[in-house]
Amino acid sequence: MEQHTTHSPPAADAAHDPTAHEEHHPQWSTYWKVALILALITVGEVWMYYVPSIVASRAFVPGLLTLSALKFAIVVAFYMHLKYDHKLFRVLFTGPLFIAACTLIALMFLFGHLAAKL
Amino acid sequence: MTAPAAAHPVPHHYTSTGLDSRKVAIWAFIGSECMLFVSLISTYLIYKGRSRVGPFPHEAWVDPATGKHFHAILNIPVTSMSTFTLLMSSLFMVLALAAVQNKGRPHANTFGARLLASSKLWLWATAIAGTTFLGFQAFEFTSFVHEGLSIRTNLFGSSFFTLTGFHGAHVTAGVIWLLTLLSIDYKRGLGPKDALKVDIAALYWHFVDVVWIAIFTLVYLIR
Repeated sequence: MEQHTTHSPPAADAAHDPTAHEEHHPQWSTYWKVALILALITVGEVWMYYVPSIVASRAFVPGLLTLSALKFAIVVAFYMHLKYDHKLFRVLFTGPLFIAACTLIALMFLFGHLAAKL
Repeated sequence: MTAPAAAHPVPHHYTSTGLDSRKVAIWAFIGSECMLFVSLISTYLIYKGRSRVGPFPHEAWVDPATGKHFHAILNIPVTSMSTFTLLMSSLFMVLALAAVQNKGRPHANTFGARLLASSKLWLWATAIAGTTFLGFQAFEFTSFVHEGLSIRTNLFGSSFFTLTGFHGAHVTAGVIWLLTLLSIDYKRGLGPKDALKVDIAALYWHFVDVVWIAIFTLVYLIR
């Protein structure tokens, strides 16, 4: 059976030990609060979808994108605990995400609904 | 950084950064998965509104050849419920991880504390929520096919089924992973020494959740 041992240098221990950062991890109550916030944001998104005046307004798409980005960030920061984790993990996630987002925007300008704005 | 193998026969996973290589690997994998899903989402968005024949996602359509009437095909109430289910599964997953990390530590002898300390309960809850999400997706796909939308019908069908199908495949893999963890938990019990294994599975599960957050908004809600 594979065991976690602590034979690495002390500096590495804190990064390796799965429980080393535990004091910085959210508590159970935080997880429940985050879930409540995520549920409320989802309710808000669906509500926006069913209100014709909001759908017709120019704020509809930016509003939905903002709420979605907020949910995305909350899950990544608290549930994936990227907020509390090593910087390298942040780089490994945000780097490709940034490249992917730039690719998406470039493709939308080339072929998608933003193409007309060129 | 790696300890001598002779002195420590148990395999290590340290990298030169002092971080566990498995955790570095899962984050690198998640980064690559971001690119995969953004390419699929890009394809969907590029093809959006370019289908020549229906059914369409948000608009009704009458087939001029047959006179058959098609209503807007996306079922927002059902998808909202499945989205809520997947969001709650992420909560269950962090509770499972916390239960594994805190196993063996003293806790209050109340019903609530015992519930929170049960890794099996939260792993089961996550797996069931994931399976429920897949059930919603199966229902959605089946109803779409019955209503005349398949992967071959139009550009919307092709890009929609590819995107959501890939996501569903990822959820399926996640459920299998959770069931594997559960079998280990029943066999010998998951404890703090296994926290990293559960953490890696949790990271994958949360990633599947955040992908759906993007899909739900971009595909289902934005008209």
